[in-house]
This record gives sequence, C-alpha cells and structure tokens, in this order.
Amino acid sequence: MPSDLTATAAPAPPGPLRAFWRAFRGNRGAVMGLVVVSLIFFVAIFASVLAPHDPLEQFRGFSKLPPFWVKGSDPRFLLGTDAVGRDMLSRLMYGARVSLFIGLAVMVVSMLAGVALGLAAAFFGGLVDVLIIRVMDLIMAIPSLVLAILIIAIIGPNLTNTIVAVTIVGLPRYVRLVRASALAELTKDYVTAAKVSGVRKFRLMTVTVLPNCLAPLIVQAALGLSDAILEAAGLGFLGLGAQPPTPEWGAMLADTRDLMISHPWVMAFPGLAILTTVLAINLMGDGLRDALDPRLRRS
Amino acid sequence: MFRFLLKRLALTIPTFIALMFITFVMIRLVPGDPIEVRKGERGISPERLAQLRHEMGLDQPVWKQFLDYANGLLHGDFGTSIISKAPVLHEFLTLFPATLELTLSAMIFAIVLGIPAGVIAASRRGGVYDQTLMGLALTGYSMPIFWWGLILILLMSNTLGLTPVSGRVDLIKFYYEPVTGFMLIDSLLSGQKGAFLDAVHHLILPMIVLGTVPLAVIARMTRSSMLEVLEEDYVRTARAKGLSWARVVGIHALRNALIPVVTVIGLQVGGLLAGAVLTETIFSWPGVGKWLIESINRRDYPALQGGIMLIAGIVIVVNLLVDMLYGLINPRIRHAK
Repeated sequence: MPSDLTATAAPAPPGPLRAFWRAFRGNRGAVMGLVVVSLIFFVAIFASVLAPHDPLEQFRGFSKLPPFWVKGSDPRFLLGTDAVGRDMLSRLMYGARVSLFIGLAVMVVSMLAGVALGLAAAFFGGLVDVLIIRVMDLIMAIPSLVLAILIIAIIGPNLTNTIVAVTIVGLPRYVRLVRASALAELTKDYVTAAKVSGVRKFRLMTVTVLPNCLAPLIVQAALGLSDAILEAAGLGFLGLGAQPPTPEWGAMLADTRDLMISHPWVMAFPGLAILTTVLAINLMGDGLRDALDPRLRRS
Repeated sequence: MFRFLLKRLALTIPTFIALMFITFVMIRLVPGDPIEVRKGERGISPERLAQLRHEMGLDQPVWKQFLDYANGLLHGDFGTSIISKAPVLHEFLTLFPATLELTLSAMIFAIVLGIPAGVIAASRRGGVYDQTLMGLALTGYSMPIFWWGLILILLMSNTLGLTPVSGRVDLIKFYYEPVTGFMLIDSLLSGQKGAFLDAVHHLILPMIVLGTVPLAVIARMTRSSMLEVLEEDYVRTARAKGLSWARVVGIHALRNALIPVVTVIGLQVGGLLAGAVLTETIFSWPGVGKWLIESINRRDYPALQGGIMLIAGIVIVVNLLVDMLYGLINPRIRHAK
C-alpha cells in the first residue's frame, strides 16, 4: 500500500445557500428576471434622483407629447407627456416605487399573518383549525377581485386600503401552505424528539418547525408579490386603488381611453411597465421554485 | 363515492352561512346611507324619509334585518335593487347569460389552445417550441388583462377595423328577442342574415382577453403534468410494444396527464369571474361584472350584497362539481375512504 496516499477529505458539501445559488444560476430565465427586478428596484429606490421631473408637475403647453423616437417630441420629455403635460418617464419611475411598495407591503403582512394563522391552525388543531380553515375557504369562494372591490367599497379607495384588500384576498394561500407544511413536519421524528425533551409549544412552533417550512413559503412570497402588483393595478384601473394624482401604473391607465387612438403611447407605457415587472418577478419566482423545491409545481 | 359527495356537500353549508353573515355585516359598514344618496340635493321631507326607511326595513334592529335577510335568501329573495327597484335575483339572471357566454367562450378558447400547447411543449422538452410556448405562457400569465384589452382594441378595432369596440351586438343593424340570453344562439334563432357573424365579432376580443390567463395556466399545467406522466413505466411499455409516439402521447399519456389539469380548470372559475369584472368594464359588456362595479358606484347595497352572494354561490357549486368530476376520472379518490 503506497504510503504517500494520504486520505484527502472529501470536498465539503456546499452550504444550502451555495447549493441554492448554483441551481438558480443555471436557469437563464430566472437570472434574467432577477436582473430586471433588481433594475426596477433600483429605479424605484432612487426615483427622486433619476427622474428628470416632478411626477406631479404639469407642464403647460407640453401636454400629449410623443416619446423621443416619434416626430414632434421634445428631448426634455424622453417618453413624452400625458394628457395634462406630466412627464411620462418620471411618472413611470415613481410608479415603480408605488407598485413595489404595495407589493412588498402585501407580501410582508401576508407572510406574517399567514405564518401566525397557519401555525396556529396546525398546532392547536380542533376548533381553532376548523375556524381558520373555514374563514380561508370563505375568502377563496369569492373571486379575488370581487372581494377586493367589496372591501374597498367599505373602507374606501386609497393606497393603504389597497394593501389591506389585496392582503386579505391573497391570505388563504399563505395560511394553507404554512398549515400543510407544518402538519407534514409535525409527523417527523425530530419534532417528537423535541417534544420529548420538553421544548415548549411556542418554541417548538417557531424555532423547531417553522424553519423547515420556509422553502415553499419563500416561493409563495415571490409569486405572491407579482400577484399583489397585478391585483393592485387592476384596482387602480377601476378607480378603486391609489387615487390620482398618485403615479400608480394601473391608475395611469384608467383615464387613457379617450386618448388611446390619438396618443397610444400614453396608454402603452404604464401597461408595459406592469407587464415587465410582473413577468420578471414570475421568471425569478419560477427559478426560485425550481432551485428551492423541485417538487413544488405552480400551475 | 356517495359518502365522499355527501361530506363535500355538508362542508359547503357553514361556508354559505358565514358568507351570508359576512356580506350582511360588510354591507352595513359601507359609508353612505342609500337614502342619503338618493335624496340628493332636492331634499326630502322627514315623513317621506321615515317611510322610505320603513320600506327598506332600515328602521328595524340589525339582528332582525339579518334574520329577514337570511330568511329571504332561503326563499330565493336576494333583495330589491334600490336604484332599479327590480328584484336583485331578476337583475342578476337577466345579466348573467352575458357573463356566462363570455366566460364559457373564454374557457373553451383557453382549453382548446392550452392543452395542445402544453402537450407540444412537453413532447419537445427543452426545444425551440417548448421555450417559445412556455415564454408566451409566462407572459400571458403575467399580463395585466385590462391593458391587454386596450391594446387589442387599439390594434384590432381602431387600426385594422376588424372588430367592434364594445357591446354584444350591433343594435342599429340587428334586433332580436332574447330567447336563451346567449347572443350566439339567439342570433342564429333570429334567422337574420349576418346576425350570428356580428355576435361572433363582438365576442372575439373579450373572449381572447378573458381567456389569456387561463390559457397560460392550462398550458403550463398540461406541460408539467405531461412531463411527469411521460416518465411513467406504462408509457415506456407502450413505446416498447411499438406504438407510435403520437399515439402514446395523445392517448396513453394525455388521459392521465389531464387529471390535474381538470382541477386547475375548475379552479379557474373564480379567476374567470374576477377577470370578467375587468373585461366587461373595458368592453362595455352588459354582464354581472360591470353591473357589480356600477352597483358600488351607486351605493346600491342590496344589489352588491345579492350579487356577491350569487357569484360566490356559483363558485362554490362549480368547485363542488369539479371535485365530483375529479372523483369520476380518478378512481383513487373515489374509492378512498
């Protein structure tokens, strides 16, 4: 036996983050989505620095200007102006801020509420479980936008209430997901072991079980972000979301119908912004899902 | 199977009761008294006001109002619209065929294109077709349909002049009695030349707009379900015994791959009705979605209340039917205790 063959340690297995990144990186679409989403976030955060004009300022005598590649455009307004002479590019940039803010707020609140309700349903069982699941079923029985409209009708249309309505509408998916994964974890040996060793219920819920339910929850959060943005834009379009003159993409589309034929770009840009954002987040979400948990499949 | 059905049916009852309660409470919380809204600026005498309140039962204690409401619902009384004075159920039923025609065509559009798209993508996994189709599907899935509708109107109606912009039928050229409430059928029954084509022209854009998201969902679901099935042993067996690829994919694999797709199709019903609100608003389609938005703007509580009850009821019943269908095509569920 040759003595110079010292046992070399097997390469350390990649950490979970590394493994995730390796899987995510292999998905071209997901990486593209991530790049676009990062760009949109960048624009949203630095809108006040990047935007050439105030999104609310109306430039008299400069209304309905076309974007730069069309004849008759003004170099000061790269993407033209809307019906009352506000700079389209600036409004779109600030709109990114509004849409992402709504989306992220909905996502964070849904995650917190979803985890709390889902864990409660799984751990306490019995009446608590039945009650929570029944209420979630009820929410799911009413078509999302119809329920959101009903909620807005009661609490009034504005930005905060949009977040409330969209959160309630999307909540069942989070609750059911957390409940289902927690129930699945509860049957496993490590939970029994923890119970036997005297871990308290609250600690068992949050420290022992919750981390093992996170992968599907993260995927759901990414996809929930794009759903929330779409839903909020739909409400804005119906006049039940952010109110004018807030530069919200959906609301920007609402009053373009009369201009649609003569000045199509006023209508084209906000919609394109919504589509790009949602598409990029979905691409990223698909990649996340494949990398984190290949078993999860979204229709 | 029977027990499974019975259990499923029993589960919907508490949902309905809770639904009644919530629509009732929520609508009471809406700011703006319907009478205040109606009296407008002309003013109304206190006696008349009291009389109106009495007529609508608004002078009763709240719990009594709820019991009256629940009792009415059980007898098919969904209240009376404050604006039109017509029973809500009647208004809903008059408008519902328009929505049904729209949603059904959208669903058929989505199924007819979505399933083949998913099958083609799965059988050419990783290829150009797969990538193109799935790229399109994800775009469709991410589409803000209200904008999509405007774009299509701009392209098809204004630029190319191919389709009308709004409504269900050209009222100047054609008039026919509603028999079934479905324009496609009524126009044929009327026997007027060109009426059917006119109805089709009106339907086509709203159908595409409303069908886009379900189309994307169905295509994606069919593909992933198909990919899973194609790995199965019986597919390999079928191939091994010399059956053609088309036959294996089209018959052996597809039949099993469709099981989850059916569920997804059923789950789209709620989404379709939500989408119908936006689609009907864009295309001035006289259905229940547009009516619901108008009811909110007019603060017509009973219409809103009844409308939402009815829509939720439809969704619950359809989900029940889908579960039954699922049991029928998937024996594993039917026989599970």
